[in-house]
Amino acid sequence: MPDGALQPGSADPVLDVRGLKTVFKVRGGEVHAVNNVSFDLRAGELLGVVGESGSGKSVTMMSLLGLLPSPPADVRGGSVRFEGQDLLHITPEQLRAVRGGRIGFVFQDPMTSLNPVFTVGYQIMEPLRAHMGLNKNAARARAQELLELVGIPGAAQRLDDYPHQFSGGMRQRVMIAIALACDPKVLIADEPTTALDVTIQAQIIELMKELRDKLGMAVIWITHDLGVIAGIADRVLVMYGGQVVEHAPVQELFRNPQHPYTRALLTTIPKISGERARRLTVIQGQPPILGDAPTACPFRDRCDVAIARCATENPPRYDLGGGHDAACFVAKGAVDA
Amino acid sequence: MLDQTNTALVRVRDLQMHFPIYSGLLRRQTGAVKAVDSVSFDVMQGETLGLVGESGCGKSTCGRAILRLYDITGGEVTIDGTDIGQMSQSDLRTKRPTMQMVFQDPQASLNPRMTVEAIIREPLDEHTKLSAAEKEAKVGELMDAVGLNRRFAKRYPHAFSGGQRQRIGIARALALNPKFIVCDEPIAALDVSIQAQVVNLLEDLQEKYGLTYLFISHDLSMVRHIATRIAVMYLGKIVELAPRAELYSDPLHPYTKALLSAVPEPDPAIAQTRERIVLQGDVPSPANPPKGCNFCTRCPAVMPVCKDIEPTYQEVTPGRFVACHLFETTGTAEKTAGYI
Repeated sequence: MPDGALQPGSADPVLDVRGLKTVFKVRGGEVHAVNNVSFDLRAGELLGVVGESGSGKSVTMMSLLGLLPSPPADVRGGSVRFEGQDLLHITPEQLRAVRGGRIGFVFQDPMTSLNPVFTVGYQIMEPLRAHMGLNKNAARARAQELLELVGIPGAAQRLDDYPHQFSGGMRQRVMIAIALACDPKVLIADEPTTALDVTIQAQIIELMKELRDKLGMAVIWITHDLGVIAGIADRVLVMYGGQVVEHAPVQELFRNPQHPYTRALLTTIPKISGERARRLTVIQGQPPILGDAPTACPFRDRCDVAIARCATENPPRYDLGGGHDAACFVAKGAVDA
Repeated sequence: MLDQTNTALVRVRDLQMHFPIYSGLLRRQTGAVKAVDSVSFDVMQGETLGLVGESGCGKSTCGRAILRLYDITGGEVTIDGTDIGQMSQSDLRTKRPTMQMVFQDPQASLNPRMTVEAIIREPLDEHTKLSAAEKEAKVGELMDAVGLNRRFAKRYPHAFSGGQRQRIGIARALALNPKFIVCDEPIAALDVSIQAQVVNLLEDLQEKYGLTYLFISHDLSMVRHIATRIAVMYLGKIVELAPRAELYSDPLHPYTKALLSAVPEPDPAIAQTRERIVLQGDVPSPANPPKGCNFCTRCPAVMPVCKDIEPTYQEVTPGRFVACHLFETTGTAEKTAGYI
């Protein structure tokens, strides 16, 4: 982890998301995938977003950039401030200029997100020509530079190879090169290492840390793996049931988790070193089905400290000091007392 | 820990599973993918042997080959005293009830057109002569055992969540009172909070029915939790096999060291101070493995001998096996001691 730890409030956020709501229309109703999600991202920081499948972490990021097909998706409200614009209220052309240009996106599965019938070089040159208006030769030179930057040996020759000639880890490096092509201010990485083996995952994590330091961009890293988060993030958002349930600097989150879900999540994963638990702690039950707009805490059915109020009101995110907040009545009460 | 007086329920010796590659106009065999290449180990009665490795290392193929879901290229597999390595499929059928499998993807391994009841009953239909009433009672018992509500017996797999589907797969594997179950990445497709539920269930069932597991996984933290002994595979071979505590506290093979150091630690304090061994490059193709040691292309402790001679898989201390020139008793070990 770089030592350039962030001073809270040191600069204006690069990206400021307020009250984002995304609803999917499905047969016989709606799915409230993202409910009132707010967060900001500061220059040069790495924000980790953790949550299980269906917690709304990917949908949140895709909503920001208008990557969800509509219908069925409907971004109902909120604002996304980026470079003086509200990304939710600009024209598709303006949004296209942001996407892949000022904001890069790395998808989870490097096997399916590259086009198999174009060379890797062509795919890296595409954003360079579209967003930066480079001619063919300049774009090719830059593409080669990018491949070298992400650590692919023999970059000049490999530009003419097709995706199937690359291994999984190499393809993910290519995806990162594409996302970095236009010097983005913000890079959103959606589970970039989930499809990779641990030794390759370690390579990609090292690469991302290095690039972040070198290029000074802000990164949003989405994952379900708390181990990955512990190693790279500066701040962490924990999502559950389409909401942010806890938000804290990384050290604070692991040392002093306040939301019962975060606490349960931290005890449920076995560790590679230290004491071995005789039995794993279990979070009983299933994640919620988000059929209605939330009127109660989404975690109440699985929570072991739930109180009556949890069933009638959806807790807002209470500020617990030190840049730490949690959406929980019980945590708030414990802090106040 | 490991009880030395225990008997081996499963004995695997020099197991080979090669898949031929055909090429050219005449589709002649021009090579083979050596998915599993001379693997030997025992699984003791009542233990859980963890089999770990990265994708493509042959761990799933190994699990399937042991149950003879493939016709193996060579070697011996003895389960419960019978060598099934070269047994015909019809003889094998009578042995199937003792050995079962839980598959990785609970979505793909359950027939979407069969009800839960029918799925769990199918092995009983095939292998037993129970009456319909007895079968129904048994299905109910199995559903209770894996924590599924009996009321859902008439539903179809799509109506269940991933964790519940995996429970259905486990109930089906248990139907014939097996002794040995190969669990092929049973939790890989599940969410973190659901993984713990399934692992606890597997442990409870092991205790209740005295089961023996081969637990195949790429999740080293989870294997540390569930397994008694662990075998590490790389490119079709076992590079190290050791009891759990020893393997995690003092890994011997350079690959095991690198693999363990690559596992992300869910604790920022440790994650930031810990030395990581980041392996360079990718796993070579099993169709064209390097000469000498399979790991020599990525090994941080590689020696000239590694590129020439394949290390032998041998017992270095009681119960610990490793295939590496660094630990070969006759040879070059001293020269590079303390390399990492």
